[in-house]
Amino acid sequence: MSDQTTPRPAQEAPVVPAQGRSGTGATGGPSLVKEGPDPGAARRRQLPRLFPLHQVHSLGLLVVLLLLGVVGAATSGNFLTTDNIVNILTSAAVIGVITVGQTFVIIGGGIDLSVGAIVAVASVWCTTVATQSYGLGGMVFTAVVVGSVVGLLNGVLIAYGKIVAFITTLAMMASARGVAERLSDRQSQVVTVESFNRIATDKILGVPLLVYLMAGIVVLGWLLLNRTTFGRRTFAVGGNPEAARLAGIAVRRHTMLLYVLSGVCCGIAAVMLTARTTSGASNLGNLYELDSIAAVIIGGTLLAGGRGSLFGSILGVLVFTTITNIFVLNNLTTDIQEIAKGLIILVAVLLQRTRGARPPA
Amino acid sequence: MKETGPTAMGRRNMLLGAGALGSGLLLSACTSNSNGEADKANVKAASSTSGSTPGKHVTVGFSAPAADHGWIAAITKNAKAQAGQYTDVSFQAAEGTNDVNAQISAVQTLISKKVDVLVILPFDGKALTSIGAQAMDAGIPVVNLDRVFDNSLAYRTWIGGDNYGMGVNAGQYVVRTLKAKGISKPVIAEIAGIDNLDLTKQRSQGFKDALAKAGFSVSIRQAAQFTADSGQQVMSNVLQARSKLDAVWNHDDDQGIGVEAAIKQAGRSEFFMVGGAGSRHAMQEIKADSGVLKATVVYPSSMSASAITLARLIGQSKGMGDLVEQEVPSSITLFSATVTKDNVDQYLPTSFT
Repeated sequence: MSDQTTPRPAQEAPVVPAQGRSGTGATGGPSLVKEGPDPGAARRRQLPRLFPLHQVHSLGLLVVLLLLGVVGAATSGNFLTTDNIVNILTSAAVIGVITVGQTFVIIGGGIDLSVGAIVAVASVWCTTVATQSYGLGGMVFTAVVVGSVVGLLNGVLIAYGKIVAFITTLAMMASARGVAERLSDRQSQVVTVESFNRIATDKILGVPLLVYLMAGIVVLGWLLLNRTTFGRRTFAVGGNPEAARLAGIAVRRHTMLLYVLSGVCCGIAAVMLTARTTSGASNLGNLYELDSIAAVIIGGTLLAGGRGSLFGSILGVLVFTTITNIFVLNNLTTDIQEIAKGLIILVAVLLQRTRGARPPA
Repeated sequence: MKETGPTAMGRRNMLLGAGALGSGLLLSACTSNSNGEADKANVKAASSTSGSTPGKHVTVGFSAPAADHGWIAAITKNAKAQAGQYTDVSFQAAEGTNDVNAQISAVQTLISKKVDVLVILPFDGKALTSIGAQAMDAGIPVVNLDRVFDNSLAYRTWIGGDNYGMGVNAGQYVVRTLKAKGISKPVIAEIAGIDNLDLTKQRSQGFKDALAKAGFSVSIRQAAQFTADSGQQVMSNVLQARSKLDAVWNHDDDQGIGVEAAIKQAGRSEFFMVGGAGSRHAMQEIKADSGVLKATVVYPSSMSASAITLARLIGQSKGMGDLVEQEVPSSITLFSATVTKDNVDQYLPTSFT
């Protein structure tokens, strides 16, 4: 919960790197707990940051999730079973991994509309008869390579070709799915490699491997975003690219890397989804771009970039997955689910607008 | 200095990228799937169809939704293959699309090309009625394939599957099997397809009616999107909603791949499942008899081949050979066969992949 991605340290870090380094030396991160010569001053600086605004937002989302839990438990006896909680987490795994990449891209001031299509093309490519003959390793390798290459294409076009991210990834969304249709001849390619399907069936301590995979990637993503120079640069590039450039950040290279990161996440998500559905098909991952963007936005990340929280994004994914779960448990129809999801996105964005209207602290 | 740094890095990254791209291309070189020729079982040799002697040359225009789904892909392939059987038919297909507006434009193009007969599988029958009527008004007979137009003036002949009957047959199989097992109060789940299509409503209605005759009812019904991932997602939640099931009907075998995966992943096997449409994968599962899938109700993808045959007969003003009538009938409803382990060998060749 110690999510310290306030805009301030992010913006500060690259501009005044000397201060942070000379002060703390060893850690090198924008650490909250600075053991400086004047502990009183440090505490005074700390106090307003104890609950920065977007953490309040994440707290709000936690409350929403808890409320959903109460509703779920009240309406269905099956909701609070271990099995069902594990099921919700497993259902969240694929979108969760995609959302990690999407969060980076959006914080960095971009958007990736092609995530669903990348998942489709990676899933199809890794399940062709030829790829399957290489077994588990070959399939996973192919999916991740395909994902990162498509991400790299996005990144190069956006960062060096100077085409707007929205347009580039929109074009990629169409053409990547086209490639997927061509490769698969529009057929569902059933996975016959048992070791691959076991990615979705294997459990450790009763929890599916998929959940550990998501958790691992979320933790890695969180560390990358909040504990490394790469993460601070992401905030800086998204907040004000010109200032970031003047501060010595290679903005174009960094932007490109963000899309590669998103592509890699999609590749991994494709492996997970393909194992889950035991098939690769060009229609997999349909509308995942909207699901992931919605999760990022209700998670409190500014669509304009520069501010955001990975923790919030994952909460966003869990909120949507839990809603779906509760609706199915109560046998309600799809249309009501869609309405509920739409309302939640709207409320989240309204909340965000009141937040964004305030001057940056 | 500031300029050279990033550029040099950029170049290195580009090289890395090119390397990755290269390995991707290498991979692509060996990914050739057996490229979709329609199976012989889904077309009929010209010599064995009625009015087989070559007649007046007929240009058949064809428009269908985007082939993003196994069944629709099979429809397009079978139509083309059947047209290839005739020396007196030339086949003009418009690009498939799931956008109603784009399909209207596609059909309009075929009308302005002055094809002799049109075969149209509309994405949405109601929404495309006007274009069928427009073609008929222009003097081009329309063979309406499967999803029916709103107005019978919009087509010369309708040929399609029996969605209601498909639901009924699935329901009857479920009732038969449950009764044989001696289960009197069964928990029955239904995984429907895209919920706002008429065909989904009709299938569900048929299923409901057949169950009602035996005093059974659907305990939980959820809709997926005809895709494997949506089927997996919905079924994994349904399995949580009902800790014990007796029977499941899944409307579509393509989404069924995901439904079956969810069942396997949850380690459940206390129930049996009936599929829909009749994919090769589903029929192989039924034949192997190793999982929960015990039957599927066919929605024949060969109907597009039959539609081409009808279009040719209409274009040449011929009737159907084995019938006494001088003209092709105005409506043909196909039967939705129930495929089980006992008759799967008969239907396996007609399944779509």
